[in-house]
Amino acid sequence: MSATARPVTRSLEDVTRAPALPRLGIDWLLTLGALGLVACSLVTIRGATLHDVPGVPNFYVERQAIYAVVGLIVAIVLSRIDYSRLREMKFLIYGLLVGSNSLVLGIAGATRGSRRWIDLPFFRVQPSELGKALLVLALAAFITDGSRHLSERRFTARAMLLALGPALLVIAQPDLGTGMVYVFVALTLLFVAGTSWKHLTALVALFAVAISLVLVVAPAAGVHALKPYQVERLTGFVKPSHDPANQTYQITQSLIAIGAGGKTGRGDSATQTRFNFVPENQTDFIFSVVGETYGFAGAAVVLSLYALLIWRGLRILTTAKNLFGALVAGGILAMLIFQVFVNVGMTIGIMPITGVPLPLMSFGGSSMLVTFIALGLLQSIHVQARIATSAKTRGPLI
Amino acid sequence: MIQVPEERRPTLSPQLAVRVAVLGGVALALFVIVFFRLWFLQVLSGDRYLAQARNNQERRIVLQAPRGTILDRNGAVLVDNRAAMSIQAVPTRLPAAPARRAELFRRLARLLGASPRRRPCRVGTSTLRLSDLRCTVERQHYQVPFANVTLEPDASRAQYSYLLEHQTQFPGVAAQPSYLRRYPFHGLAAQLFGTVGQVNTAELKDRNFAGVGQGTVVGQSGAEYSYDRYLRGVNGYERISVDSQGNTQGFRGERKPVAGKTLRLSLDLGLQREGQKALDAAQGLAHQNGNPGGGAAFVAMDPRDGEILGMGSSPTFDPNVFAKPISQRRYDALFGQSANYPQVNRAIAGAYPTGSTMKMITATAALESGTITPATVQDDSGSVVIGRIRFQNAGGAANGPVDLRNALRVSSDVYFYQLGAWMNSARPAGGPLQQWARRYGLGQDTGIDIQGEQPGNFPSPAWRARRNEQELRCEKRHRGRPCGISDLRSWSIGDNVNAAVGQGDVLASPLQMADAYSALANGGKLVRPHVGLQVEDGLGKVIQPIDPPARRRLKIAAANRQAILDGLHLAASAPGGTSADVFKGFPKPVYGKTGTAQRPNQADQSWYVCYVPDPVRPIVVAVTVEKGGFGAQAAAPAARLILSQWFHLKKQLVAGSSKTL
Repeated sequence: MSATARPVTRSLEDVTRAPALPRLGIDWLLTLGALGLVACSLVTIRGATLHDVPGVPNFYVERQAIYAVVGLIVAIVLSRIDYSRLREMKFLIYGLLVGSNSLVLGIAGATRGSRRWIDLPFFRVQPSELGKALLVLALAAFITDGSRHLSERRFTARAMLLALGPALLVIAQPDLGTGMVYVFVALTLLFVAGTSWKHLTALVALFAVAISLVLVVAPAAGVHALKPYQVERLTGFVKPSHDPANQTYQITQSLIAIGAGGKTGRGDSATQTRFNFVPENQTDFIFSVVGETYGFAGAAVVLSLYALLIWRGLRILTTAKNLFGALVAGGILAMLIFQVFVNVGMTIGIMPITGVPLPLMSFGGSSMLVTFIALGLLQSIHVQARIATSAKTRGPLI
Repeated sequence: MIQVPEERRPTLSPQLAVRVAVLGGVALALFVIVFFRLWFLQVLSGDRYLAQARNNQERRIVLQAPRGTILDRNGAVLVDNRAAMSIQAVPTRLPAAPARRAELFRRLARLLGASPRRRPCRVGTSTLRLSDLRCTVERQHYQVPFANVTLEPDASRAQYSYLLEHQTQFPGVAAQPSYLRRYPFHGLAAQLFGTVGQVNTAELKDRNFAGVGQGTVVGQSGAEYSYDRYLRGVNGYERISVDSQGNTQGFRGERKPVAGKTLRLSLDLGLQREGQKALDAAQGLAHQNGNPGGGAAFVAMDPRDGEILGMGSSPTFDPNVFAKPISQRRYDALFGQSANYPQVNRAIAGAYPTGSTMKMITATAALESGTITPATVQDDSGSVVIGRIRFQNAGGAANGPVDLRNALRVSSDVYFYQLGAWMNSARPAGGPLQQWARRYGLGQDTGIDIQGEQPGNFPSPAWRARRNEQELRCEKRHRGRPCGISDLRSWSIGDNVNAAVGQGDVLASPLQMADAYSALANGGKLVRPHVGLQVEDGLGKVIQPIDPPARRRLKIAAANRQAILDGLHLAASAPGGTSADVFKGFPKPVYGKTGTAQRPNQADQSWYVCYVPDPVRPIVVAVTVEKGGFGAQAAAPAARLILSQWFHLKKQLVAGSSKTL
């Protein structure tokens, strides 16, 4: 196949000519899965927050719906443009990532508190959340550019450091869970790009050592890299009955909620999540609400929708028209898999408590927006792959 | 325009395919893990978690059952309840942070008017410096871990409405309706009724409190304890659903409390009041005669079946003081040595030498053992030498030749010393005197239906040997220092001589003497005394009659019994009778015996025990006054007041002049 036969030189005008495409060309199953999850989110949040704001039973539902609509619009726009253009803007994107997260830290330092968001005229954004998508794009671009040096140790290290910088900024906010998403995304990108197993193994070993240093050795030596509550959350899930009144209280209550749901759930008589025994029941612990209210059946539906997203994502990864596309898709998949597993694992007591939201389900604008950005990028990769294929084969679009 | 030719990647490279497969495999594995965990939690262990969830959000508020009322035999209310509002701490819901907890207790101290000063407070084995309120909470939480701690059992309306209006400032503190015991007659029969309180850890193991939940108010002494099963009732509860902050979300149902049953006592309110007044009068008489007086007690009993008609102990106390928590200092002041231990029920727990009231028993023993007949005459010359020791009448008075009846009339000690000498036996169990003392119930609990009896003692050779052995063992432990258990003297005839007149090592309670005289009065039936008459429901229907069977029957020949009764009657009526002047002009026949027991290093114990027959309401009365002097001087006049009340006669306080032991 001669790559030079038809140089891909497209301008924005080409991209915006999308309506000319027969049908939208997007992956409908992916869209269906996302919309299904949004629907689940709205129903679940309504049940959980009916009495949280007196007199406004739909307070959270309305807001979540607005976030979803905004997210959907952003996703549609993104699916219409060629994601490959974003590769050129890698410095801008990386600058935005580091800048916004530094800004949050600066504000927090000035107000002497812990803050993870920036107030904008109409809403507040959480840069660490949006940063997930920015990191995926920037890192995918850097790795694509240096793909000839993939076998060099120095390149692997540099790519990793590029991710660690923003990750540390986020952890300092403090948002440990999102920082860990960054690291996982970076590892997955290197993995998909084809970094040697040796480098990957070394990196994983390095992280294992670092984690044990921070959690075990440093506190013993009197150095507290993490706040004590963070350490307790990270280690508490191993022994939930140890301290039910404090840090592990959430896990205990969440387990009771999910377990009480049984096969088909307790419906309106759910008490654990409705009477706020499980804290953060509309954000980080939304899966507990699903588990208690709709039981194993409901939980299975939600998990199946995520499985659908991940399956379609993997498919899009394999059909991407270029390495950048494949890497972006891989990073997005890493983000989804990591968040779903860590969040659900937390509610069922097999992962530590970290503030990682459940994509599309947890209440929150930034999380909703970043997930839709990610899904829009996936659609764009899909659409571009089809355009490329059809240009090559001139066959009809299926 | 940027040309990126190398980015065209039309086919999937094998390397990428492997890596994508790995990524997909990892995702699949994670999903499998999550699914299995969910299956385990929701399908396999669902029921267990469901139960936990139900528990989690249900709170039970105890609705205290009102305790049963206590009535006298005629239906007069002796003890009942009044509604009160109590302020309680729920230990598990108090703020955990030390600063917030301290702040809460400062606020509570202000609200309840308690001192915020920190004082040493013993909690279990450690002593902490805590404010009084906190001390109460920590102590009770230590003793009864899961029960609410009552901070103020009787809050004023202002206090609890302030609490309700400012509930957010008082986390873990709640106002709850409750009932408090009310004693309309204050010190009347306080020791007999007993007190109530929250059940403690030791009591939870008591069989009397089987099935009682923590925090329940139970009877802790007296009739309240004995009949707690009936008086207690069954606490109810309200089931409410709460959220994680403990805010009420809804009402789920309730179980209504069941009020306790009514306990009707055999006590007669009028007699009881008169009896306690009579004790005061007796002590007044003791003072007049230069005796210090001290504690006193009386028992009035129906000799036919052991129903206690009145039972009082002086000094007494007002149980209403227990409605509020009481400090150790105040407790000591009210109930300690300086107050002469008013909580002791001297009528059953006072073990005193009986003095001449014993002569009734000695006479029975001598007659029934054939030692003498009623006609046996002895010359009372004022003293008698038995075994190298001279035993004297009080003041050395000589009564001349007397038979049994007259010996009882004048309370001739010489006559009874001689009986003691004749009936002496070196056998371990002793002779007829010991045998009959045992039959009459001395040295044993009477089995009355309230706690705290002292069995007292009647000496025998075996008893003395046992005491000597204890003394020797004790001295050995203390390297030869005398322990004061015994003087290591072996049994001698003098012991029996002293026992025959209720001196020496004889110890008995007024109740035991009343029971013994009842046995003589009713023809030999040793009854089991009881204060409970029946348990009734709210409408007065009898649920449980209380009529314990007699303890045993004593076989006393009719002629012998009559001789003793004659002697007792002469004593209370014939010229020269020890209490004849006390009962001068008393219209009913009185069969009574004075007693004056000498006690080491203190004034004499004054006794009077008597029986008044009546076809409808016979009565036996026993009165004793510590440090009261001669029996006729203090105890007998009190007995006359009590009998006058019982037979609706004019009350006259008549002091006797007989100075006999």
